[in-house]
Amino acid sequence: MAEEKKQSNKINRRDALKGFATLPVLGAFGYGMYKKWNAERLKKHSITNELGLDFSAESTFQPIAADGKTLRLGIIGYGIRGRQLMQAAGFAKPELIDEWKKGAQQNSNDRRYQDFLEQEHLNITINGVCDLFDVFADDAMRAAANVNREGTNGKMNPTAKRYRRYTDLLQADDIDAVIIATPDHWHAQMAIDAAHAGKHIYVEKGLTRTVDEAFALRKAIKETGVIMQLGHQGRQTDSYNKAREIIEKNVLGKISLIEVCTNRNDPNGAWVYDIHPEGNPSTIDWAQFIEPTNPHPFSLERFFRWRCWWDYGTGLGGDLLTHEYDAINQVLKLGIPHSAVASGGVYFYKDGREVPDVFQAVFEYPERDLTFMYSASLSSEYFRGKVMMGHDAAMEMENVLTVYPDRRSTRYKEQLEAGILDPEKPMISYIPGQSQVDAVTSATEQYFAKRGLLYTYIQGKRFDTTHLHIKEWLECIRQGKQPSCDIDQGFQEAITAHMATIAYRENRKVFWDAENEKIV
Amino acid sequence: MKENNLSNRQLLVLVIARVLMGWYCLYEGMVKVMNPNWSSFAYLNDSQGWFAGIFKAMASNPGLVSVVDFLNEWGLVAIGLGLILGLLTRVATISGVVLISLYCLSHPSLIEANYMLPSSETAMWVGKNLIFVFLLLILLLFPTGHIIGLDRLLFKKKN
Repeated sequence: MAEEKKQSNKINRRDALKGFATLPVLGAFGYGMYKKWNAERLKKHSITNELGLDFSAESTFQPIAADGKTLRLGIIGYGIRGRQLMQAAGFAKPELIDEWKKGAQQNSNDRRYQDFLEQEHLNITINGVCDLFDVFADDAMRAAANVNREGTNGKMNPTAKRYRRYTDLLQADDIDAVIIATPDHWHAQMAIDAAHAGKHIYVEKGLTRTVDEAFALRKAIKETGVIMQLGHQGRQTDSYNKAREIIEKNVLGKISLIEVCTNRNDPNGAWVYDIHPEGNPSTIDWAQFIEPTNPHPFSLERFFRWRCWWDYGTGLGGDLLTHEYDAINQVLKLGIPHSAVASGGVYFYKDGREVPDVFQAVFEYPERDLTFMYSASLSSEYFRGKVMMGHDAAMEMENVLTVYPDRRSTRYKEQLEAGILDPEKPMISYIPGQSQVDAVTSATEQYFAKRGLLYTYIQGKRFDTTHLHIKEWLECIRQGKQPSCDIDQGFQEAITAHMATIAYRENRKVFWDAENEKIV
Repeated sequence: MKENNLSNRQLLVLVIARVLMGWYCLYEGMVKVMNPNWSSFAYLNDSQGWFAGIFKAMASNPGLVSVVDFLNEWGLVAIGLGLILGLLTRVATISGVVLISLYCLSHPSLIEANYMLPSSETAMWVGKNLIFVFLLLILLLFPTGHIIGLDRLLFKKKN
């Protein structure tokens, strides 16, 4: 019996064969893995190493200097953008905080409250507010007082004074710098007056409503030496810096065509903003509103939806082309184009507006051998993105960067033939903060988020680019440096946008006489 | 030794199925192990459906995420090896059922669900992972590791 058991416990040849029958599968698996790994290593090696790109180097977070001076700010204009700028600077209405708190309770993906609390304190106080609409001015006062970022039951610390005229705010001794977020027709005059009053300036885009104003503003900034930042927060987008690196390494080859676009499809995105129920001639200082532009009888539509009229706004050219242009300009240093043509019309929003809702502009840069093309629709969200087309590769530049090799590239001919590169597949993709999932609310916000205009990612953490843009400006004031979107960059942006607008409105090709600095 | 009531053909098909499923798990594990940047964070955070809250809470705890990462990477490798080699087949199969069921719970194939990350193919409520779970259950009910596999040698004494 014992003998028999021993016999059956012994592993015989048959057992060994059956036991190890599937082992060769592992050999095949290992061989496959090795081949795959080797192909990927080769691919990685041949692309990033050969191109000398190092994407592992992420931008780092620089906290503001602890010993820096507390800066005292004034805010001029507390409409939609003014509110966003104040929030980005750390000040929000208590009612809004209540709303965010509620949102976070209902939806764990709603990070507005958490993000706002975590946003770095910029060491500033808001000492003056100015808005021509009483309700907005009152809101701004309450936001300025909410230094502890609390809801309606929190402890407020009122520091700001309301000014009915911006010139009085500029004369105040307890204000070092101003944020100007008014309609475009006031930008230049306010910024010029601020410069002469020795106040540093953060001004929204488009820089000016007219060409002459752009020259006058540049002169004022240069003469007074105040620190000015133009509100193109895309300057803070991490992927644009990587894009610059890609361009500097000539990954794309000779770039001959750049295409950028705007695609929106909701009334808010088309500037049909809400008309506030409390807006009326006694709550709005209409006379001051129209002071620097053509006179017009009181109009709620014109006050709240000013972007739709040339008297106050700059249309798609000044409002949205400028964002796309500035993104490209910071990467390629294009400067002012040699010529511009433009076309379009009011094709969808037949609400009495003057500015087109479909708009195309084509700029030529003969010295750079390239065309820069913008096309926009406010009635279709079909996404096209910013694309730089080079002989060797094309790059899509949003918050995510994607580079596709060109099928007929000379530089990558060998790799394409060897199958290491595939024109259908990106040879480089840079995805900052790819692990973030988030609920973003409105269509307009999604539009901006996709374009890298709302958030950027530093070391995997999400940052509001507007916050970083304001922070950069404040740090430059403290350290006497020039910010990334200074008056020279702003001047290029303004002239480029004006060339397109003039080309459209006068229905002609417009040229830039660089020698005499004149649009002809 | 009584092997089973399976015919040779049945046995052959079951063993091949076991090896192929093992291959799949091993591959999924190996690519995660070999990618130093891989993390379960995004997947957890992208969870939807009834249990999304639990998975998202896990994602918000960095310590827990690294545990989940380790269990996923090496768990899949171990399950894959177990199924291919027929080694501790029963443990490997049960672990596979548990792990892949968790994927199903975190990313249920809800028709209205819209996942950010590319996930497994779904045909309305029925997804690849769900089918995978039931294929593993078949392997559990019709075990083959003790016939063709290292379990044959390992559990020899008990037979």
